[in-house]
Amino acid sequence: MSANSAFNEEKGGSSNVGEPEYGHDPASGGIFSSDYKRHDDLKEMLDSNKDSLKLEAMKRIVAMIARGKNASDLFPAVVKNVACKNIEVKKLVYVYLVRYAEEQQDLALLSISTFQRGLKDPNQLIRASALRVLSSIRVTIIVPIMMLAIKEAASDMSPYVRKTAAHAIPKLYSLDPDQKDCLIEVIEKLLADKTTLVAGSVVMAFEEVCPERIDLIHKNYRKLCNLLIDVEEWGQVVIINMLTRYARTQFLNPNMNESLLEEGGGEKAFYGSDGDDDEEEDKDEKDKKKAEAPSVVKRKPYVMDPDHRLLLRNTKPLLQSRNAAVVMAVAQLYFHLAPKAEVGVIAKALVRLMRSHSEVQYVVLQNVATMSIKRRGMFEPYLKSFYIRSTDPTQIKVLKLEVLTNLANETNISTILREFQTYIKSMDKDFVAATIQAIGRCATNIGEVRDTCLNGLVQLLSNRDELVVAESVVVIKKLLQMQPEQHSDIIKHMAKLTDNIQVPMARASILWLIGEYCEHVPKIAPDVLRKMAKTFTNEEDIVKLQIINLAAKLYLTNSKQTKLLTQYVLNLAKYDQNYDIRDRARFIRQLIVPTDKSGALSKYAKKLFLALKPAPVLESPFKDRDHFQLGSLSHLLNAKAGGYQELPDWPEAAPDPSVRNVEVKESVPEWTKCSSREKRKEKKVEKPFYSDSEGESGPTESADSDTASDSESGSEESGSGSESEESDQQSESGSEEDEEEEERKKKKEKIKDIFPLNISVCLADHAIFPLPVSTNQTITPSGNLKTYELLHRITGEGLSVEYCFSRQPFSPDPHMVAVQIQFTNSAASEAKNLHIEDAKLQSGMRMKEFPEIGHHRCTLPAGETVSVVMGIDFCDSTQAANFQLCTHTRKFFVSIQPPVGELMMPIFMTENEFKKEQGQLMGMNEITEKVTLGEKCHGEHAVIQRVTTAANLSRVPCGSDKECRFAGKTVTSGSLVLVSVVTKDNGAAQVTVNCEKMVIGTMLVKDILQTLTQ
Amino acid sequence: MIHSLFLVNSSGDIFLEKHWKSVVSRSVCDYFFEAQERASEPENVPPVIPTPHHYLISVLRHRIYFVAVIQSEVPPLFVIEFLHRVVDTFQDYFGVCTEAAIKDNVVVVYELLEEMLDNGFPLATESNILKELIKPPTILRTVVNTITGSTNVGEQLPTGQLSVVPWRRTGVKYTNNEAYFDVVEEIDAIIDKSGSTITAEIQGVIDACVKLTGMPDLTLSFMNPRLLDDVSFHPCVRFKRWEAERILSFIPPDGNFRLLSYHVSSQNLVAIPVYVKHNITFREGSSQGRFELTLGPKQTMGKGVEAVLVNSQLPRGVLNTNLNPSQGTYTFDPVTKLLTWDVGKINPQKLPSLKGSMSLQAGASKPDENPTINIQFKIQQSALSGLKVNRLDMYGEKYKPFKGIKYMTKAGKFQVRT
Repeated sequence: MSANSAFNEEKGGSSNVGEPEYGHDPASGGIFSSDYKRHDDLKEMLDSNKDSLKLEAMKRIVAMIARGKNASDLFPAVVKNVACKNIEVKKLVYVYLVRYAEEQQDLALLSISTFQRGLKDPNQLIRASALRVLSSIRVTIIVPIMMLAIKEAASDMSPYVRKTAAHAIPKLYSLDPDQKDCLIEVIEKLLADKTTLVAGSVVMAFEEVCPERIDLIHKNYRKLCNLLIDVEEWGQVVIINMLTRYARTQFLNPNMNESLLEEGGGEKAFYGSDGDDDEEEDKDEKDKKKAEAPSVVKRKPYVMDPDHRLLLRNTKPLLQSRNAAVVMAVAQLYFHLAPKAEVGVIAKALVRLMRSHSEVQYVVLQNVATMSIKRRGMFEPYLKSFYIRSTDPTQIKVLKLEVLTNLANETNISTILREFQTYIKSMDKDFVAATIQAIGRCATNIGEVRDTCLNGLVQLLSNRDELVVAESVVVIKKLLQMQPEQHSDIIKHMAKLTDNIQVPMARASILWLIGEYCEHVPKIAPDVLRKMAKTFTNEEDIVKLQIINLAAKLYLTNSKQTKLLTQYVLNLAKYDQNYDIRDRARFIRQLIVPTDKSGALSKYAKKLFLALKPAPVLESPFKDRDHFQLGSLSHLLNAKAGGYQELPDWPEAAPDPSVRNVEVKESVPEWTKCSSREKRKEKKVEKPFYSDSEGESGPTESADSDTASDSESGSEESGSGSESEESDQQSESGSEEDEEEEERKKKKEKIKDIFPLNISVCLADHAIFPLPVSTNQTITPSGNLKTYELLHRITGEGLSVEYCFSRQPFSPDPHMVAVQIQFTNSAASEAKNLHIEDAKLQSGMRMKEFPEIGHHRCTLPAGETVSVVMGIDFCDSTQAANFQLCTHTRKFFVSIQPPVGELMMPIFMTENEFKKEQGQLMGMNEITEKVTLGEKCHGEHAVIQRVTTAANLSRVPCGSDKECRFAGKTVTSGSLVLVSVVTKDNGAAQVTVNCEKMVIGTMLVKDILQTLTQ
Repeated sequence: MIHSLFLVNSSGDIFLEKHWKSVVSRSVCDYFFEAQERASEPENVPPVIPTPHHYLISVLRHRIYFVAVIQSEVPPLFVIEFLHRVVDTFQDYFGVCTEAAIKDNVVVVYELLEEMLDNGFPLATESNILKELIKPPTILRTVVNTITGSTNVGEQLPTGQLSVVPWRRTGVKYTNNEAYFDVVEEIDAIIDKSGSTITAEIQGVIDACVKLTGMPDLTLSFMNPRLLDDVSFHPCVRFKRWEAERILSFIPPDGNFRLLSYHVSSQNLVAIPVYVKHNITFREGSSQGRFELTLGPKQTMGKGVEAVLVNSQLPRGVLNTNLNPSQGTYTFDPVTKLLTWDVGKINPQKLPSLKGSMSLQAGASKPDENPTINIQFKIQQSALSGLKVNRLDMYGEKYKPFKGIKYMTKAGKFQVRT
């Protein structure tokens, strides 16, 4: 409401006279107050102490900006409020700043320090918003500051801030393209990011800044493919388009061994057979033909690169997206990259999009039109979906017509023609004209129906609408050229039309026809010329040219009757206003009228004029448009748009696929335990879902698995049984030694690597609880997930169970600690009905069981691993939770005992808050211990790492580098836990823990001391 | 990506502009106006218009053109889809998306646009996240805001943006927990002159209104999932579960959303619920034409056909009509030549009919085209394809929600050629 009033009042004082006025209220008196004064009024409001006044003023200003009014003179008054406490005022100030900073660069600098402060804020969302605004201010002077901020944000703990950093990259690039090299470094770093939040944004930045640096993608290719389904929809579009280009440079054409099987135009088949011939030749005279190197390469049996397959497989489910842009992106990817046999899947999804808004239909139909030329069979089953309704907008009708024409073949032509007949009766004349053209194209393409079409078109010649008749004439002319002998009566019929029809193009066509086939209508032709000579001066230019043509041709064939007429026409043309016509007349006169000078050429005049002319080929305007990447703006416009990246041709020989291998730092052996399990699991889950595509490509993949298995993600497809057993043993030995710091570090890294997979499994399989795993995992990257054993393989008769504290908030109940439990069935038979029974809990403790595994759907087959999440409320004590773990046959007594550090969760605090809270937790609540740091534990970084490993706390910023502070709260009661570690130069340190719960405090101190002295 | 956005009303005025990068002068819209002039109908303006330095991509919704200015290559559907999402968001916020509503809420609109795009690249388009950032204006809130000076902008920071379920906001609380699902099917058909079906297909959607506390995890199963031929999901649906078991498993967004849209495979013969008997003739030489139309129920599964509305674009030669409806009301607009007949409910005992004569331009020859008849109708409590929800279960929360499922069939683009 207030915005509304602002609208009205602002109106009066607007200075731009030419602007349209809305809802002007003369009563407001706005007309009489001068512009200058009005803004004074706003300035006053902005300077006031009341937030409500400021807000009102800002709302009015934003309303002005929205209408395109100039509000730049308010800049100084507005920029003062950049640090305002009120969030809405602040946001509106940002809006203003981003709009006008470019114009008032000097003043804009005043606001920079506020954002710089914001960049250091402990809250990730504030950091992100500060970076967002800072990078949106287009002031060249602050480029170095922006660069610094982006670099810093790119290594921020929070993925959201990193996402914002990715967004900022193209902004900086457009401001100062010289920063490209530095920005590429940042992009490279962010491309390696493993969170879905960042992936889309950084690829967007990549596309804008350095689309040519395809080498940056190699290492991230598999990760991007695997993350794709969880990326937000807009990011998916960008990633898919980029990967299409990437795949075109890195993989071989899957259709290169295509032969006569090729569907679609005959031309293609022709090409295919050509290739075959080459191959034959090659066999015979291999050594002679070294020049034909490419075809030698071709002869190698084609094996699809597993990475190529990975891309196709991971994009396919996105055809089900609700977002039309995503569906289109996948469709174009399949069109450009998939083997012919698999492209068909996209048709159904594209046809579905046709139900959407008309703009979506328009774009989709353009693309379908291009696709249907090359792969007609794909859309044939959906022919009826392209039938035209009278309510469709004309541009949609014309496109549908185009598709129908492309789809026409011998079998369906009769239905299509019947459909066309109803279209011809439409009221929309442009559409009728397009239909006639379409009929003409069907007739030229399909010989069987040519006569039928021709007859139909001739009937249209008696249509009352002149446009329809004219269009028919033009089309008939083209058709007649194919077989003129049989149709002299049609030509006669058309000759009669010259009396009535006025459309120049049609008249010209008729005249041309008569001239060309004057031998078939020897009696009528001279008469037509006579009539035309009479009206010559009143005709349009194209008609005049055809009259001259007709005269020339008749002169050559029937000079007795037409000699005088021709001369008359030529004389008229000689003095025509149009120089083309004068030229033509002079040229023809020289050629046909024998004089002394006209020597050599006039002998051949007849040959020149009455040469047999090839029939025109009626082609679709969409032919060959597919050299543009489908779905792109350039394709739609059939012209290269700025910034369009060409779709490269397939390489002749595949570049080295090993560039995509990701090195898993030399620690592979110890880790394979988990990772190989993960791999197997992943495979298991995907199998039923992708079974169709895997079935086709099975052999290829297994053939390639040797090369892929050394890489992390590539080996998802291989994961042979022998490997996993081996790794199980190795992992056992590994876990015994896992107290060693280095090992732990490596392990931690790998856990991070594995986590994205983990989520997808959870979600897909039986995730009853939403796990914000990936994001939080990276928020507290120092969290070391230590795994504990719940049930040993031997006691569990093959079922081994491990658990770890995932340090995620347990969303169904925030007062519970999330425990991630991993079941591995190494027995020979499958385990069924895994569930929890008979929990013996201390009073107050609660437990949220995981849902039963495999009671109706899947069991846990032998050799498989599955993980679930349960929540336990430990009541802030380290008492163990005892319960029975049951399978369908056995029950095992197990217990989970949490280390004290897992009973808390991190909270964000500023330094001041920390000090304040610490001051309130003195006396009994404070425990201080002195300690000598262990050898490996010097330096701030090591301390932070050790402490966050021992307890689930987050770091609090601190001015001094001698002191590290951490904050958290207990999960159940939410009591604060504050830890500070002050180090001294000699390796001594003092640990202080402030906590309302003394027991927890004491235990925590002990744990921290232990970890620090090691 | 998207450089700027201009909103243009039906009379060709730019009433809102927003720039995400450097300011683009509004004179760029002149190219759009040119195209608009060239187009005979408003919906015939090409969605993509190239200009010397920019490209204009526009959508038309609620008689407002949303014109986005693009400077370099970008998938056109990306922009179109985004613009539609903007309109949906406005509709969600203001109830309607009209020029007046946008002008009244210009500040909220601006704040929304600011959050939805960053440097032209979509940032937050989920309505749940946006609602956390900017609260939708309600009358009550406007009153409260004017009195207390509080704001529409969310105080707490939107945590939804950080979660892996970005479509659901956290900390949802309701006293009445309820989940409603509407299965709405639309039948698209073309019926030819003789009454035989040329094409008929069923497109359905399941719209949900879920108001559940906490983080519920729902599963929805069908009695006959095989009917669904081609489906597209809200991002919350777990695709793999659907592929494996044909069960919809999801953590729902809070509030209204479209869970699923589907297509019923065209192999199944589609039952056509209504039939039309028509006799529209023009005689050569006379300035009169006959018009007769009778509607009747065909295969309706025993349910009544309601809210029937017939309209037809008569040929240009028709000057006026003199018709007599047996029920309902009819109007004929002599300028646009649009005939509309609001029939209401079809009573199978007494079939509705519209009979009478049309007067034609004197001396003009008879029109050679026959009008097509577009029909709209509704059938409550039944889904034409026979799709049935089997059960809805909730996991992850303790309380018992109230669940409801409603079925409805509507005519989509239902055309009868004459």
